[in-house]
Amino acid sequence: MAVTKKDVLEWIKAFAQVIAENKEYLTELDAQIGDADHGANMDRGFRAVLEKLPNGEDVDIGKIMKTVGMTLLSKVGGAGGPLYSTIFMQAGMSIDGKDYFDLADWAKALEAATAGVVRLGKASPGDKTMVDALTPAVQALKDATEQGLSLGEGLKKSAEAAEEGMIATIPLVARKGRASYLGERSAGHQDPGATSTFMLLDTAAKVWANCS
Amino acid sequence: MKKLINNPENVVLEELKGIELAHPDLVKVHYDPDFIVRADAPVKGKVALVSGGGSGHEPMHGGFVGMGMLDAACPGAVFTSPTPDQMLEATKAVDGGAGVLHIVKNYTGDVMNFEMAADLAKAEGIDVEAVVVDDDVAVKDSTWTAGRRGVGLTVLMEKLVGAAAEEGRSLKEVADLARKINGQGRSMGMALTSCVVPHVGKPTFDLPEDEMEIGIGIHGEPGRTRMKVEPADAVTEMLLNPVIEDLPFESGDEVLLFVNSMGGTPLIELYIVYRKAVEMLEAKGIKVVRNLIGPYITSLEMAGASITMLKMDDDLIKLWDAPVKTAGMRWGV
Ligand SMILES: Nc1ncnc2c1ncn2[C@@H]1O[C@H](COP(=O)(O)OP(=O)(O)OP(=O)(O)O)[C@@H](O)[C@H]1O
Ligand SMILES: [Mg+2]
Repeated sequence: MAVTKKDVLEWIKAFAQVIAENKEYLTELDAQIGDADHGANMDRGFRAVLEKLPNGEDVDIGKIMKTVGMTLLSKVGGAGGPLYSTIFMQAGMSIDGKDYFDLADWAKALEAATAGVVRLGKASPGDKTMVDALTPAVQALKDATEQGLSLGEGLKKSAEAAEEGMIATIPLVARKGRASYLGERSAGHQDPGATSTFMLLDTAAKVWANCS
Repeated sequence: MKKLINNPENVVLEELKGIELAHPDLVKVHYDPDFIVRADAPVKGKVALVSGGGSGHEPMHGGFVGMGMLDAACPGAVFTSPTPDQMLEATKAVDGGAGVLHIVKNYTGDVMNFEMAADLAKAEGIDVEAVVVDDDVAVKDSTWTAGRRGVGLTVLMEKLVGAAAEEGRSLKEVADLARKINGQGRSMGMALTSCVVPHVGKPTFDLPEDEMEIGIGIHGEPGRTRMKVEPADAVTEMLLNPVIEDLPFESGDEVLLFVNSMGGTPLIELYIVYRKAVEMLEAKGIKVVRNLIGPYITSLEMAGASITMLKMDDDLIKLWDAPVKTAGMRWGV
């Protein structure tokens, strides 16, 4: 069971759609504890990605993901821009040269992506950032690989873990990003970056559910 | 919400077109990637100053490009830091061979994007130094958090460091001066109303008619505490005392006092705040030797004000008085 180049392209297009549909919701979350731009930032970035996305001929999956990363870096700005860019660049480098990948490859790619985000943003789990969605998702993928779960099951577990991580950001007091300026007042609100990260992994689980 | 705009998507682009038409003697505007450079860039042999940040803080930074201040400014989307490609191209456009100083406000996004741009510029053989401004005493500093925000002191730094670069000081001297200024300046702000980000169309936070936010930043983010509105003198105390205590500023100090409007508060009210602040400082034996009063670092149409104090010395006074010719600040020319 493997994810192909075509599936990757579909995932990115579907995620761009999810972001467009949730633009206001993400911005609303960011208005509570940030500066009301996360939805707009992500939407601007992924609309540019759709324009730049290679059609799949003469490129491999690594190249596709790196193109997404470079586009986000030059179109998004803010903290979300470099961080999301890093997710795609690191995952792309991890899967470089391949035309398809399996669950173990994806676990490694997302682990590299998460390490990149941590290197850049210096956030730890519990700081109320996207790291809180990424970290449990990586763990779930590794566990699923070890237990020999199917691709579909493993992806579903990782999306569920990301969702739990996202919900767990609600009571946290932010220690990184703009929300940290609010101190105690940041508690009681869900982190926008963790929310969009959950959407990214949830879209992967849905789009790649029936990959064969 | 009523706004004098056309399409929220085009706000920054149409602003840049306006700046280009209004100030051809001062600046050139480059599009895609977007940045503003002084008309005579690159100035050979002079250290170049590049800053940037989200739009919505006008006149900062674009209005501070010109003789005696910035060589380039990179505007991001409203309240969103610009991207590394803008910063890299601006850096290349203004490098006159003496190196480039990046003035970065301490926000996660700004710091990350400027770091990437500096690495790319260095890879192209340009000497780049970066200075991070973090003067907001409303934010509790700790190694675990993103640290303090860069606010009002940024304006003063851009003027003072710009004058030093114009004098022909080296990149190292200019960068050290910027760090010294960051070490001896502090700010705090408050809001009477929220602001409306164009693409959002409604206020970032709801603030009842009789309440105010103390300890706000410059991006419409809520502050640290919310309370009932108080008279100007009481609010001035709430802003100035934490600023004085943090450094601390002491009897005998000479300072520059900067009372800034967040965009919606008129000059008449800024002067009321200034008057109270000077009274308070005189009572403590702190002497105001220079001042700046007006909207210089704003948060769209937010009503509110911030106070910045910078400890001055002879060198800083000389640099402050040096000629400057930009759209947002102009004297001595
Ligand atoms: N240091 C960090 N490490 C990991 N994630 C972070 C960090 N700082 C912020 N984030 C994530 O970024 C999200 C905010 O992204 P957004 O696109 O709104 O950028 P921003 O912080 O508003 O940038 P800017 O301040 O320049 O406008 C947060 O919800 C959080 O998940
Ligand atoms: Mg934001």
